[in-house]
Amino acid sequence: MNNAMEKIVLYLEYPFVRYALIVGVFIALCSSLLGVTLVMKRLSFIGDGLSHVAFGAMAVATVLKLVSPTILVMPVTIIVAVFLFSIGRNTKIKGDALIAMFSTGALALGYLILNLFSTSANLSGDVCSTLFGSTSILTLSIGEVRLCILMSIGVVLFYCLFYHRIFAVTFDEDFTRAIGKNVKLYQMMIAVITAVIIVLAMNLAGSLLISALIIFPALSAMRIVKSYKAVVICAACFSVVSAFIGIAGAILFSTPVGSTIVAINIVVFLFCAGMGKLCMR
Amino acid sequence: MAYITGKDLQLGYDGRIIASELNFKAEKGDYLCIVGENGAGKSTLVKTLLGLQAAMGGEILMGDGLLPYEIGYLPQQSEIQRDFPATVWEIVLSGCLAKCGRSPFFKREEKALARKRLEELGMWQFHRECYRKLSGGQQQRVLLARALCAATRIVLLDEPVSGLDPKAAADFYYLLHDLNQQGMTIIMVSHDIQALQYATHVLHISGSTSFYGSKKEYMESDKRGLFQYGMEGKDE
Repeated sequence: MNNAMEKIVLYLEYPFVRYALIVGVFIALCSSLLGVTLVMKRLSFIGDGLSHVAFGAMAVATVLKLVSPTILVMPVTIIVAVFLFSIGRNTKIKGDALIAMFSTGALALGYLILNLFSTSANLSGDVCSTLFGSTSILTLSIGEVRLCILMSIGVVLFYCLFYHRIFAVTFDEDFTRAIGKNVKLYQMMIAVITAVIIVLAMNLAGSLLISALIIFPALSAMRIVKSYKAVVICAACFSVVSAFIGIAGAILFSTPVGSTIVAINIVVFLFCAGMGKLCMR
Repeated sequence: MAYITGKDLQLGYDGRIIASELNFKAEKGDYLCIVGENGAGKSTLVKTLLGLQAAMGGEILMGDGLLPYEIGYLPQQSEIQRDFPATVWEIVLSGCLAKCGRSPFFKREEKALARKRLEELGMWQFHRECYRKLSGGQQQRVLLARALCAATRIVLLDEPVSGLDPKAAADFYYLLHDLNQQGMTIIMVSHDIQALQYATHVLHISGSTSFYGSKKEYMESDKRGLFQYGMEGKDE
């Protein structure tokens, strides 16, 4: 144990480790916020679909050799998110099928493009790191760190300001519309924020695992607390703690960052589910 | 002038008219019951009254100083709400959103209003409870309190007792009756004949031969017979 502590202290001397921890904690905080909304609106899969779209965009960005892929990935993901949210129910292709279409389509095209045009020597390594995040959080430049922190603060601020409206839209769309609130606008905002979070979180967990960061903390919190506010706060705490332990653990034991964080989230969920069962009785 | 007047209203969706020539009004203190078979256009009428959907023809006039968005709405419960993690307080307070304009947070008056509504409906002792743990009747009271936070003069209820046991349904009807006695205008959609008990007026939607009149007129008209026949036919 002592040994591990020493190791952490030693690692903390490296700036890239500090960056990873700071960025990881910020991203985890954001990603947990919209979890409740996405879970309750039965939109968990939107996160998943969007992350695959982000993968496709990332592939294009890689082929184009963009210095900062976010410039391309962010707008593409936001546009698709707005599209998926606004299309909603009244189309020939239903929402879930549409999401599945987008998600698998983007995944396939992204891989295809990478295969056809990539000049990288280690193609499968690139793909793997985009899908599972692997070590990209440890290779962030100071510029990316600043961008991540700014974006995260923006998301948290937005969430606080629109907290009551997001609650109303999540709980009851029709009622909120009936009292004259612009539900479409709020849904649009939720879509945009979801997209922003997903692009940010790609650094942390890779596109296949992002949804876990979004939904696990919310689901865990929903097992043990009963008010919306408590769920949001609790989810944020779970998410931040899991991310911190996950990143530290990944560095200590040289495991992949994303999967380690998700594994810890799963442990937290199982614990909460158990607690919830016990308290119900 | 009445709060709400429907004039030659045509309802429908996707370009198909399902009910036409609807003429009705809701005045202060009225208790209007909207009945009709499934698919007759009751829910469409609700959406049209709330301004969520445009009428296919005719018009809805608001009068007596009633502004759009001043109708308290009690929607049918959705699957999402039944296991939503929220307290009674959070839900009722969300009804005050109509009053807080552009402000991101609730002010003291709005919180006081939410508390008053909960007390009036005998639900204040539950305000810290989790919504999903309440009984069906209590959940409806919470949603009614929320609707009353948004509106002071008129409430619109969409099938409020579906899924309630007979005792809870009777209690809920009595509660509405009480509100009505205090001067609240009530518009209720139902396919439950019990709902007529306290109604003052009835709107029976059926195609182009809809009926609107006082409850007494309705009871004497042949429409009531049709309605009952329709209900019986469905039970078989």
